[in-house]
Amino acid sequence: MPSYEDTLKQRLGPDVFATQQFRDNHRLIVKSGQLHAVLEVLKHGCGFDMLIDVTAVDYLHYPDARDRFGVIYCLLNTTSGERTIVKTYLNEPELTLPTAFHLWKGADWMEREVYDMYGIVFEGHPDLRRILLPEEFTSFPLRKDYPAHGRGERHNFPVITRAES
Amino acid sequence: MPLEAATLEPREGTEQDYLWTLNFGPQHPATHTTLRLILTLDGETIVKAVPDIGYLHSGFEKLGEELDYNQYVTIVDRMNYISPMANEIAWHNSVEKLLNIDLTPRCKYIRVVLGELMRIHDHLLCVGAAALDLGAMTAFLYAFNLREKIYDISEHAAGQRFHPSFTRVGGLMRDVDPQWIDMVRDFVKSFPKVYSDVVRLLNRNRIFIDRTRGVGVLSKEDAISLSCTGPVARASGVVRDVRKDDPYLAYKDFDFQVVCGTEGDCFARYLVRMEEMVQSIRIVQQAIENLPAGPVNIDIEGKAVLPDKLATYRSIEGLIQHFEMIMTNRKWETPKDEVYAATESPNGELGFYVVADGGGHAYRARTRPPSFIHFAVFPYLIVGHQVSDVVAVLGSLNIIAAELDR
Repeated sequence: MPSYEDTLKQRLGPDVFATQQFRDNHRLIVKSGQLHAVLEVLKHGCGFDMLIDVTAVDYLHYPDARDRFGVIYCLLNTTSGERTIVKTYLNEPELTLPTAFHLWKGADWMEREVYDMYGIVFEGHPDLRRILLPEEFTSFPLRKDYPAHGRGERHNFPVITRAES
Repeated sequence: MPLEAATLEPREGTEQDYLWTLNFGPQHPATHTTLRLILTLDGETIVKAVPDIGYLHSGFEKLGEELDYNQYVTIVDRMNYISPMANEIAWHNSVEKLLNIDLTPRCKYIRVVLGELMRIHDHLLCVGAAALDLGAMTAFLYAFNLREKIYDISEHAAGQRFHPSFTRVGGLMRDVDPQWIDMVRDFVKSFPKVYSDVVRLLNRNRIFIDRTRGVGVLSKEDAISLSCTGPVARASGVVRDVRKDDPYLAYKDFDFQVVCGTEGDCFARYLVRMEEMVQSIRIVQQAIENLPAGPVNIDIEGKAVLPDKLATYRSIEGLIQHFEMIMTNRKWETPKDEVYAATESPNGELGFYVVADGGGHAYRARTRPPSFIHFAVFPYLIVGHQVSDVVAVLGSLNIIAAELDR
């Protein structure tokens, strides 16, 4: 068992996380309410000083899935080279998480992208706007209920016939 | 220089009156691709920079959920199109970790050679274009001329110059031939001359040094906090290289050094890139001279690769396996789990977070794009500098908009 798990258990109690292991990926599954506390201990108490990635998954059509969204934080300890993945689940209508911007400044754009693609709101984020899609876009395209061919965009394109051009 | 978030609220009252706004891009020769900056200026000094991206967003990650593990390689090619094979290697590295495939030694070595050639490919363009933006045209031409040879090597291996789509789950599209090995050897021989040409044009070039030294300084703490990886982080003194720290493919077998700087400015990033090319050439040399013999794809027993034509036509196992891999409703049997695997791409850590639902398509194919993360750093680096430094900092970060927006 990695040493950071001991630190987490000491600081936050034994039931704060569950673990999963797949290949060399070590995952900590935490409840969304305790996410910020866990991330804070990992940053300040366990030396995970780099946030590699923040991303989300929509488990709408996933076999045997119980929750709608998973939000994933990949962390790295630049001194020891240790990696861990913190994962939390969210369900509609409460799609909010506390931001990690105060722990890692790199979270800024990553969280904006998750918001842009999935509509998950990060509370306390200094500038939570859409990043890749235009401001007036209304849906969240990486959700599984959004079709790959887009919705509405193509029908709204004006069709110009050869005679008119 | 104090670092402040780019998203600061504007100054209030009379102070704001003398500030003016300059729109930079999305079509500007120095952005090289489509990205936009909204600069707030005090005279010629930049007070605030707000990047506006998404002009090239084409939903690559959504496409990753529609295409199977081999088909998606044609899309990842188009992310960082300056070093396409580095993306392919990263994508299939994640998929192979998901499927628990151990590649053949020959395939590992060929992938290492291609990966390192791509690093040189990328760094040559980055160094050349950074100099070009600062007015040094000649270095760019020398660098670009050498890149042509790498395109030829890609073409000979895969049949395509720009988007080779060369890797496959469990191997490569096809094996390389002796002529290809000679081409790589020839490239290794011709590299030192071009390298010394570029070094002599830039390393002691007064104008180039004045424009880059002390410009866009990124401290080590900020580099870590802002998630920087690759040459950008190493130029700031973060000693990390995925090739050394979590070796993938056959990187354990080679003797090379991780190049680091301490200054963290544009000039340090330039020097790190230059020296990394020398290290890459060392790896290419070692790999190509020790290229193992044997098959390039894993055994068809692993049920992950397409059998060769002889096996397909002459044996029932081969025919069944061919059928299994070609039919759209068969393909791979994947574990219902998710995996993150990282590689050291020329720009930094390029990883894919793959979620598999048991079928032949990824349920979710998240890219960890280094360009996206490095462009988020730009507003911190540019505050307090002149308008003309925008191109110097942009050039040293090597932002590829296709990867930035995906």
